[in-house]
Amino acid sequence: MSEAVNRKMRTERSALYNLLSRLYHNPLGFFGLILVVIVVGSAIFADWIVPYDPIAINIRERLQGPSAKHLMGTDQLGRDVFSRIVMGSRIALKVALVSITLALSCGLVLGLIAGYGPPWLDKIIILIFDTIRSFPTIMFALAIVTLVGPSLETVILVVVITTIPVYGRIVRAQTQAIKNNEFILAERAMGANIIRILSLHMLPNIIGPLLIIASMDLPGVVTIEAGLSFLGVGVRPPTPSWGSVLNDGYSFIRNTPWLIVSGGIPLIITTLGFTFLGEALRDILDPKLRKDI
Amino acid sequence: MGKDRNSVLDIRNLSIEFATTRGRLKALRDVTLSVPPEKIVGLVGESGCGKSTVIFSIIHLLAENAVVTGGEIEFEGRDILKMSPNELRAIRGDRISMVFQDPMTSLNPVLSIDTQMTDIQYRANIDMEEKRNRAVEMLARVGIPDPRQRLANYPHHFSGGMRQRISIAMALLANPALLLADEPTTALDATLEAQIIHRLRQLQDMVHCSILFVSHHLGLIAELCDNVVVMYAGEVVEEGDVRDIFHRAAHPYTQALLECDPARIKEKTRHLPTIPGDIPDLVNLPAGCIFSNRCPQVFSKCRTTAPQRFEVEPGHFARCHLVTEGDVP
Repeated sequence: MSEAVNRKMRTERSALYNLLSRLYHNPLGFFGLILVVIVVGSAIFADWIVPYDPIAINIRERLQGPSAKHLMGTDQLGRDVFSRIVMGSRIALKVALVSITLALSCGLVLGLIAGYGPPWLDKIIILIFDTIRSFPTIMFALAIVTLVGPSLETVILVVVITTIPVYGRIVRAQTQAIKNNEFILAERAMGANIIRILSLHMLPNIIGPLLIIASMDLPGVVTIEAGLSFLGVGVRPPTPSWGSVLNDGYSFIRNTPWLIVSGGIPLIITTLGFTFLGEALRDILDPKLRKDI
Repeated sequence: MGKDRNSVLDIRNLSIEFATTRGRLKALRDVTLSVPPEKIVGLVGESGCGKSTVIFSIIHLLAENAVVTGGEIEFEGRDILKMSPNELRAIRGDRISMVFQDPMTSLNPVLSIDTQMTDIQYRANIDMEEKRNRAVEMLARVGIPDPRQRLANYPHHFSGGMRQRISIAMALLANPALLLADEPTTALDATLEAQIIHRLRQLQDMVHCSILFVSHHLGLIAELCDNVVVMYAGEVVEEGDVRDIFHRAAHPYTQALLECDPARIKEKTRHLPTIPGDIPDLVNLPAGCIFSNRCPQVFSKCRTTAPQRFEVEPGHFARCHLVTEGDVP
């Protein structure tokens, strides 16, 4: 009796509640969640968090060490590094979310077409993917920047173009693996059209792993943005970006090492947070790995 | 061989070839069979004889290298092979539906039974609650206990036998005129097999559909089917009422097949009987009868000319020189 009531309760609870409670019991995943909340929270509430204007120059207080006044010290122009880092999370997440969303959607569509469509179309799409992937990302980025000039949009464009093939190939491989499964044959035998098969039966089978991969790719994209800004071809100064903080610190590494350390910390937090969270979500969301129901 | 106007499905002289690197593999040659309304027809034969090719050609799910070289598949008076993709989609899952061999892979693992069973009724013009009620009712009919609660479950919560019953329930939700069953019990153990068979019998009485049931298990065929079609190496060698086939098999292959059925062996033996020899190469077909290289009663004519389909007694056909010998000088 109580068994039945319990089961009923469990099915009545919301899926989100279940997800969170399972995440809570996964220590690494929960740690990742906290880190992600810190990063996302600081991006959302940056305006209230920052103690100083991140681009206000104050030459008299240049290159100061960490103190109560300036939590992470100041850079060579006397700007508060903590404020720049917090504001920088906005740029980082904006680039990461926008470009991953775009790349994911394009990759998903192209991958589904390549995997399920006629072989000649598959060959063309794969040829394009391979061509793009044969360029090293940084060289490709430099070429694009030379063509259209450095800006936030350029960074996003570069990331989207270079990551579409990654998602496209994953989706294609998954689609090919699934398309000859009997449940897809059964669906065709039941008269479903191609859109129905792809959207209702293929997509749920591949979207889970894809979202996990995307969440683990997020720090990679953040790093690309930081790397491009570090090279001076990303976000234009004086806009605060983690990459430009690193670049500023790099010039003064002998005298003021905290600059480069404070530029690196957010990158580490973001990378660890999203990776741990991604892995935990993968374990939790995959119904085949689920043991608790 | 006159047209049987009443049949739900009429396959006439169907030939299918597969393009392979070695050449054209003649998988089906001159296959003729019919499924009368509200009857269960068993399609029996050893592995690789083309049973599944027949099924897949009806529902149009053949591999891409398959070429239909002749014949017609008439379903409810229309030739399936001449239909446009849209016309074909309209009858699939509505007038014809199918139960697959392996219940472990024939349900989508990431969707709940509820989602799958309501989705499959996408043609029905009824609201979600109605669809759900129909699904529950059908699950109850196939013998899933507690169906309303189990609806929220995913395929991996069910055992193999239950999954196959769910597949059958889904196939019958469309109220088809013809149900194709491609060895639906092969992946299950023997006790479940009997359960599923009895269930299928009952359901057929309720839904009033015809069933084309593929199996290599003679016992099942004898138990379940009204008519039997025996296939060998891509040809229909014998066709008729289940009693005629089991009691008065005319073709030596059918006779040999019956002798090999372990359930029929009376005396204790260590060695199960087999039919000596192998299926001939379907790329380079031998002249004469397809079974001549393994036939215990072979004679000179068998090696030179292929036998024609011959009506041994009303409704009982065989392709063998032995049965035609009396009429042919």
